[in-house]
Amino acid sequence: MSHHLVEVRDLEYSYPDGTFALRGVSFRITHGEAVGIIGANGAGKSTLLLQLNGCLLPQAGTVRIGDLPLNKKTLSHVRRTVGMVFQDPDDQLFMPLVYDDVAFGPLNLGLPLEEVDERVKQALATVGALHLKDRPPYRLSGGEKRAVAIASVLSMSPSILVMDEPTSYLDPQTRRQLINLLKTFQHTMIIATHDLDLVLDLCDRTIILKTGQVAADGPTRRILQDGELLHASGLEKPLCMQGCPVCPAGQSSANL
Amino acid sequence: MAKIESSLLNIGYLETLSCQQTPLHRLDPRVKLLTTLVFIVAVVSFGKYEITGLIPFIIYPVTLIAVGNLPPGYLAKKILLAAPFAFFIGIFNPLLDRAILVHLGPVGISGGWVSFASIMIRFILTVSAALILVAGTGLNAVCLALERMGAPASFVVQLLFLYRYIFVLTDEALRLVRARSLRSFQGRGLGFRVVGYLIGQLLLRTLERAQRIHRAMLSRGFDGKIRLVRSSAIHLKDAGFLVGWVTLFVLMRWYNIPYLLGHLVMGLAP
Repeated sequence: MSHHLVEVRDLEYSYPDGTFALRGVSFRITHGEAVGIIGANGAGKSTLLLQLNGCLLPQAGTVRIGDLPLNKKTLSHVRRTVGMVFQDPDDQLFMPLVYDDVAFGPLNLGLPLEEVDERVKQALATVGALHLKDRPPYRLSGGEKRAVAIASVLSMSPSILVMDEPTSYLDPQTRRQLINLLKTFQHTMIIATHDLDLVLDLCDRTIILKTGQVAADGPTRRILQDGELLHASGLEKPLCMQGCPVCPAGQSSANL
Repeated sequence: MAKIESSLLNIGYLETLSCQQTPLHRLDPRVKLLTTLVFIVAVVSFGKYEITGLIPFIIYPVTLIAVGNLPPGYLAKKILLAAPFAFFIGIFNPLLDRAILVHLGPVGISGGWVSFASIMIRFILTVSAALILVAGTGLNAVCLALERMGAPASFVVQLLFLYRYIFVLTDEALRLVRARSLRSFQGRGLGFRVVGYLIGQLLLRTLERAQRIHRAMLSRGFDGKIRLVRSSAIHLKDAGFLVGWVTLFVLMRWYNIPYLLGHLVMGLAP
């Protein structure tokens, strides 16, 4: 299943105003991996994600999705393979009704109508939002919007899911439900987030970005326990690995 | 500020109304759109001084409000909101056109007043028909009907997006206004200069959002064409609605029914 592969080599990108966002990023993500991309504000996380489905094209270096290098010719194929869930669900849900929104991708793929209908219903059922299908998106709560945004990507049955801050705007229980939902997915997942507990829960592997470069790449548990590394990258240990304020000092709950 | 908020909530209410299940709501959107257009053309095509001929047209909004279970008070308020436009279009007629046209007993009414009244009646009829169309169909369905009937796709898409994002945009504007008012004291910082900055800021944010939306669309294979699934078939009752009303409009346009009625009554009385 080589089309689940994501390979980034010496990727460089600077914005038109001259700010360098990425300076030589390289990594390789294989089938079924769940990878957290973390880093301080402005470290280049969002820019990196936009490169993965060709919203931005590299100025130097390459991005390969599966067997294909990402360029203008392979763009439509890559976008079909890589499902991108954006940070603000209001940006992602642009159609009049939830149903239309989830059907948007499959219809653009040119699928027959029965197939589209089936995919829409299945995607909505997966995220538990089938009852919302006839509602306009602006009438949904934050959690419902997020669920539908994910369904709108699932309906294209991508092999790779890329998510930008999936738990932003969510209350704690909704966040937990989302994490449980994501745990059930078999996709290759790439999640950029500040929610380090989410990374700890979902991702076996973590990449730390720092000023546009990879500062660390390895197993999540090892990286998130390295206080020095985290501090140097503008981060800190996940809450669940920090000392408990109620328990006696020194008795940390981080016995992972 | 509170006013903007509440009037927007009211738009939401219009949308809620359009989700009802009544015989009016079940009709095909295209049929309703077409009937409304014919109605508006018929009403507008009357001569400048026409009043009596316009009166029978009131039957269309009244019937639809009854059948569609729409709240007349709410619609009346919406009409009032737009009334100043028509009022200022017509208000100079009485000053410019002073020739006496009608005598009501001892009182002579000038042509200006008659045409002013005519403008206001037309305004009420056409605006109420448009509001009923939206409340009885939903703006999205109206847009789709437009597209089906051959309106340019780019125009329809613009309209759909406008309707989708007007809520997001006003939310953003409200946040800006709130942030400003929380930090202005004794009226300082509320001047036009700051309003200019706010509008500039809003424009920049909107452009950024537009870019993000466009990216989200491209990510899901957007190629310049919006596709929507809607099953639709014109049934007999749809056709009946259209043909029935259009026939009535044509009759009411060509025959002045109040005049004929009056004539009939006068003819009966020797």
